[in-house]
Amino acid sequence: MSGFGGFLLRRLVGAVITLLAISVLVYVVFYATPGNVAQITCGPRCSPEQVRQVAEQLKLDDPLYLRYWHFLVGLIAGQDYSTGTSVAHCSAPCLGLSYQSDQQVLDIILAKLPVSLSLVLGAMVLWLILGVGTGVLSAWRRGRFTERLLTGLTLAGWATPVFVIGLVLMIVVCGELRLLPFPQYVRLTDDPEQWAWNLLLPWLSLALIEAAAFARMTRASMLETLAEDHIRTFRAYGVAERTIVVRHALRGALAPVIALNANNVGSAIGGAVLTETLFGLPGIGQELVHAVNVVDLPVVVGMVLVIGFFVVLANAVADVLYAVADRRVVLT
Amino acid sequence: MSEALVAAEAAGTGTEPVPAASGARQFWRRLRTQRAALVAAVVVALLVLVAVAAPLLTAIEGQDPTTYHPSLIDSARGGVPIGSFGGISGDHWLGVEPQTGRDLFARLVYGARVSLGVALAATVIQVFLGVVVGVAAALGTGWVDQLLSRLTDIFVALPLMIMSLALLAIVPASFPRPVLVTLVIGFTAWGNISKVVRAQTLTLKGLDYVSAARLSGWGTWRIARRELLPGLAAPVITYAAILVPVNISVEAALSFLGVGVKPPTPSSGQMLTAADVWYQAAPQYLLLPAGALFITVLALTVLGDGVRIALDPRAASRLSAGTGRKREARKEGTA
Repeated sequence: MSGFGGFLLRRLVGAVITLLAISVLVYVVFYATPGNVAQITCGPRCSPEQVRQVAEQLKLDDPLYLRYWHFLVGLIAGQDYSTGTSVAHCSAPCLGLSYQSDQQVLDIILAKLPVSLSLVLGAMVLWLILGVGTGVLSAWRRGRFTERLLTGLTLAGWATPVFVIGLVLMIVVCGELRLLPFPQYVRLTDDPEQWAWNLLLPWLSLALIEAAAFARMTRASMLETLAEDHIRTFRAYGVAERTIVVRHALRGALAPVIALNANNVGSAIGGAVLTETLFGLPGIGQELVHAVNVVDLPVVVGMVLVIGFFVVLANAVADVLYAVADRRVVLT
Repeated sequence: MSEALVAAEAAGTGTEPVPAASGARQFWRRLRTQRAALVAAVVVALLVLVAVAAPLLTAIEGQDPTTYHPSLIDSARGGVPIGSFGGISGDHWLGVEPQTGRDLFARLVYGARVSLGVALAATVIQVFLGVVVGVAAALGTGWVDQLLSRLTDIFVALPLMIMSLALLAIVPASFPRPVLVTLVIGFTAWGNISKVVRAQTLTLKGLDYVSAARLSGWGTWRIARRELLPGLAAPVITYAAILVPVNISVEAALSFLGVGVKPPTPSSGQMLTAADVWYQAAPQYLLLPAGALFITVLALTVLGDGVRIALDPRAASRLSAGTGRKREARKEGTA
């Protein structure tokens, strides 16, 4: 198998293997730990009878590999949950049942997903524009005051935790200046204008931090490209510096930036957890923190799997985009 | 802070053969020529000094970080510190914490101790795991490499924040929190460094002096220890220097979320959890931990950049390409 189709296929198989490996690791870490797994899974206020049912559901008497197999089949094909009086069916992809809230984990996540997607995708637009713009500008204006100013600002943004920027923005903009009300999530489908206004500060907080990473990356990548021979040739031909920077150097510098954006999905999700908690947005980040605090194991495990899925997906897409953007990449 | 960028930057120094460590003296000379890195190094040294001397400093002040001072807060107004500027006085240099009246200066310096301790210890774990797994993968035969590389991929894919959060859920509350946070960060985020080490080891493995060692009948272990580890020093030190501030941020973030270091143990991130409620009555309760975090991470990042440039001369000339600094860099390189 060769060519682009083969590359795609190999990349897809690789992603699936990584996902399977993640599921093994997550299972071993969370369900094969010492201690009463059934009790932890069920939650602190479960009766002995319920705990016994959970132990049966998890097939705790079986050897580890069988238990994992059961978990995996349940994940892919769905499974039935007996709650003593009734039987609930959890259809594929089944992430299990939260015994504490009597809800299916997938439903919990799906209910919170629009909030997190609104936050991350909106912020992503901002951080790409801000980050790449800053990086290009500081590479173009290298050695001048503009570059030093931008580098300083970038470093400051890079060194500030997202919750500190968010906290300061919230206090200054909402508390002192009263330019905006304290953010409250409004659904996009209910009122697009209010949706955007309320998300403005969370977007800014998350984007400012992430933009710093992109600015650094873009700048370094641009400087590297600008030092290459073909750029020197353009200069010798008398092509305007602006044309060189925007048309030629940026194109060569963009591939690493694309890769970074995908590799950054994990870090952005981490940032989103903090942003959601700070601004009280009811997204999956806030739900995860809640689940950790009340030790709702099925929700925690489901979240890790879903987030791992997104990260692996993003990385695979990035590899493909990278290959498309930069033809010099050897397809392996 | 972005782990991915850290990986990308460190990969830049790792995938190509870095000239083997040319001695600590040259490293210092290269570090010294960077003014920003020098200032950062001084700030870091001061922070470490404060952290180490925390018991001494609080003894001079005559306070400790855990004693409640109910007489210093106005319980009728919800626990606001009594007195101006959040209760700053000769006894309490930076005022007291709202609601509990604990001494803020003491909590801040002990917080620095927790923060730096956790970050450094976690870095040690990450470096150890990264080097062991990376070298083993590079030297191992087919399936060992496959297995270890796949394992590494998982740890690269799983976001540090998410995995740390999740792991903190299943450990009993009786486990000492700072130790737990250290272990969780250390064991979660070693994937990128392992990738860098593997790539660098593969490069070194092909070099003549390593082949010569193998031909003279040296065992794998001896080659790894005597021939490969010195060549790995530069990328590993570079990476470790970049990881420390990342770990500081993660500890602060976890503590901010209420799952990291928990009261009564102090930590900057944890202080910020409630700071927004009190910013009008006690602005320093917000500004001090935020400022401490900012300065710590900034100084460590700048120092990490300096270390990277000092260990990779090409980075210095590349980054200053086309600026007046190029001549300086070249001069320095031949000095």
